[in-house]
Amino acid sequence: MESKKRNQAYNQYVQARIPKTKPWPSLFNSFWVGGLICILGQGINDLLLLWVPNMAQQTAWGYTLIILIFLASFLTGIGVYDKIGKFAGGGSIVPITGFSNSISSAALEFKNEGIIYGLCVKMFTIAGPVIVCGVVASIVVGIVYLFI
Amino acid sequence: MYYLWVFLIGGLICMLGQVLIIKTNITSARILVTFVMIGVALEAFGLFDYISEFARAGINVPIIGFGASLAKGAIAGAQSKGIIGAFTGGLEATAGGIAAAVGFAFLFGLIFKAKTKK
Repeated sequence: MESKKRNQAYNQYVQARIPKTKPWPSLFNSFWVGGLICILGQGINDLLLLWVPNMAQQTAWGYTLIILIFLASFLTGIGVYDKIGKFAGGGSIVPITGFSNSISSAALEFKNEGIIYGLCVKMFTIAGPVIVCGVVASIVVGIVYLFI
Repeated sequence: MYYLWVFLIGGLICMLGQVLIIKTNITSARILVTFVMIGVALEAFGLFDYISEFARAGINVPIIGFGASLAKGAIAGAQSKGIIGAFTGGLEATAGGIAAAVGFAFLFGLIFKAKTKK
């Protein structure tokens, strides 16, 4: 009983304290930043195909994603990506660069807890569930396709 | 000009993520999981390739593309190698992305210092 009341009070406190994002500007910003990241990806992809014309499309995507991941990781390291994230919200989380940022920023943040138990373990705080859910779902889909 | 499609579709997908943030206050981990699952579902129902044909990077760069290649790998593995392929295919197809993300995060994590919040 006592704890229930306390939880309610706490939830109200949290509700009052969480930063309110203005919906319309943030929607617009997430739209054009996200779109721009996708255009950057398309540009890298087209340059690669121009450079090595007989590369398979699937291989080109692989290179493109690795380059984007590298850029996002580097920008996280020098502290720029967090600023983009504050500005663009979903526009910086949903592209593959957001996945890279979630790993890099966690690695940076927990480095002071040690290389193994800090950096290596905490690296996956956000990316872990993504990989787990994705892999489990893909196994299920693969097995279903065995039977149809 | 397919760059316009890339921009519009990529932007709309990211905006959908922002709508989820505003409406439900969910964390970025949940957003990423949600979009990966959307990607797996799109590929499982065979819709991803149709969208990818005109959206190109607009759907391949968002994390939906990551989910789709997980599912695509698992399906291709299952069809060519049987049950073992269903297990190995997904990670095989996405190994480059995961390894790059982990490798660069480790490297830059060692090099740079965390920025203290001002």
